[in-house]
Amino acid sequence: MSKTMFDKIWDAHVVRDVPGEASVIYIDRHLVHEVTSPQAFAGLRTTGRKVRRPDATIAVLDHNIPTVSGRKMLDVIDKDSELCITTMEQNARDFNLTLFDMADTRQGIVHIIGPELGITLPGMTLVCGDSHTSTHGALGVFAIGIGTSEVEHVLATQCLLQNKPKTMNIRIEGTLPAGTTAKDVALYVIGQLGTGVGTGHVIEFSGSTVRNLSIEGRMTLCNMAIEAGARAGMVAPDETTFNYIKGRVFAPQGEQFDQAVAAWKQLASDPDARFDAVHEINVDDLSPQVTWGTNPGMVTDVTNSVPNPATISDPLKRQGYQRALEYMGLEAGQKISDIKVDTVFIGSCTNSRLEDLRMAAQYAKGKKVAPNVRALVVPGSMQVRRIAEEEGLADIFREAGFEWREAGCSMCIAMNGDRLSEGERCASTSNRNFEGRQGKGGRTHLVSPAMAAAAAIAGHFVDIRDL
Amino acid sequence: MEPFVKLDGLVMPLDRTNVNTDEITPARYLKTIKRTGFANILFANWRYLNDGKPNPDFVLNQPRYQGSSILLAGDNFGCGSSREHAPWAIGEYGFRCLIAPSFADIFYNNCFNNSILPVTLDESIVEELFAEVEATVGYRLSVDLAAQTVTSPSGRVFRFDIDSFKKQALLQGLDNIGWTLSHDDDISAYEARRRQEAPWLFNAGSQQPVQR
Repeated sequence: MSKTMFDKIWDAHVVRDVPGEASVIYIDRHLVHEVTSPQAFAGLRTTGRKVRRPDATIAVLDHNIPTVSGRKMLDVIDKDSELCITTMEQNARDFNLTLFDMADTRQGIVHIIGPELGITLPGMTLVCGDSHTSTHGALGVFAIGIGTSEVEHVLATQCLLQNKPKTMNIRIEGTLPAGTTAKDVALYVIGQLGTGVGTGHVIEFSGSTVRNLSIEGRMTLCNMAIEAGARAGMVAPDETTFNYIKGRVFAPQGEQFDQAVAAWKQLASDPDARFDAVHEINVDDLSPQVTWGTNPGMVTDVTNSVPNPATISDPLKRQGYQRALEYMGLEAGQKISDIKVDTVFIGSCTNSRLEDLRMAAQYAKGKKVAPNVRALVVPGSMQVRRIAEEEGLADIFREAGFEWREAGCSMCIAMNGDRLSEGERCASTSNRNFEGRQGKGGRTHLVSPAMAAAAAIAGHFVDIRDL
Repeated sequence: MEPFVKLDGLVMPLDRTNVNTDEITPARYLKTIKRTGFANILFANWRYLNDGKPNPDFVLNQPRYQGSSILLAGDNFGCGSSREHAPWAIGEYGFRCLIAPSFADIFYNNCFNNSILPVTLDESIVEELFAEVEATVGYRLSVDLAAQTVTSPSGRVFRFDIDSFKKQALLQGLDNIGWTLSHDDDISAYEARRRQEAPWLFNAGSQQPVQR
């Protein structure tokens, strides 16, 4: 019987499948960080349980830590954050785990370093106590975010109890027009299909547009699958994938690499595989996207205006639009390009890889950040930071007036002191424009790295195709 | 884990869709290594004014809803991050049951690990319930997990679907980890087989030295 890629990975990981019980699914890699793991390790201590596979469990500091250059423990903003950090360090020691701490050259945002170091490989199941774990799906991985109780479950058993999700194929066809990126595709897809379209499903992104995306672009797309409500996002591995993985430190080497590639080539969905749902999206006419509201589905073309709630017939949706405009401090009919920004954040597991920084740098080169705009570039990993410095990207950003930071989640989740104040408006390359996400009362507009950099220079949103 | 069997409770309506976990438990309150201490920060950004005083307009602060144990909400409740702090806060505040047309997947799972029952009912029923709650001070619903029913004060019975394993786990207060560990033989057999099939999955190596 023909199978989808997800079916193949699922079937290869079933440890126990008895009718009336949850399926016991084996987990190949478990990534842990300082914010959602302390209670899980405490649970192991209380019950006297061990970590079943320390070799498959990798820890990293990313959510709470400072990103200022030359950071030290003294830069951690408060005692509570410090306790999360020292607790992670202690747990890594006690349970014999690899930890990338604040000073490690391999440190970075958990979803950046997994693929970057070759920890994430096609055909795997991978979990992390973080919803953007969907990012890893770009390599053909069933990767899901889990809660802390489940983190404890995986630490103790290397398994997860799951009900088999449904499958969805989102076929994206067309050639990406100049000025648009994987981020614009992701926002457009969510704008078209809604923030709940993927609920209960694993989304496979397919089609010519996806095939032509780099691995980094595919990661941006899969990262945002959770914003479409999906349990996971995936892209079938291909030559682009194998070339990306080859030579990475944790990846198999030599003969074992060839053996792995032979297995990975079997992963793609069979041509006649049946999905529970199918959607088609064409991007031939895609424009750069800007969110105007308080969820990623509230998005429009940069050339458009803020929508008028009065034109929405569904009362609940109309009410949602009204609330969003109120929170965002926007008027119906206001042109997107007239919206001024106070802050620009280039970073997060969505858009902080090298390609993202290269795209952003193109629009910053030889320019100056607009007066009164605060602009941050927070590379996704210390490795990205190092290469960006070697390529001269860091100099471009610094000379333009951007702050050049060390790696971490930073202003995407606003736990480490990098945050918006009440009413402050931000062009952000992150993934969530929720109320208060980047700081209480902060107003977030999600955009691509190129659009963010251009907004920093202009002081308001601009159509980068006009530059 | 504490079992969930039946609940008869006061209902609080939160008439918003896409309520996300950043709204349920803002990230600045996640800097803790404990599972407790979240009751006072539930919905913090809506619940408190800028001076820290309770916002009288927010439903959680209205006298008629004090002591509620059932939260009625709009579509896609709990979307966003995987933080279990969201159900920890909801449970610690006193809610044991949530009713909505749909829930986000990770949040839905997290509820079960915290003895909180998320009930999915048709949008039209949820809308009716919203109208009834708002029209009736002291409005209560009765939830019976074994029977998979929600019963209104007028005696209307709404049946809900739930996965049978999740249902049994909640009814018994099952220790999921203990249950999985009871199948240790299956896990070991799987690992032995898999090590042959895909040896590269077993390569990562524990406790790599730090690199400065």
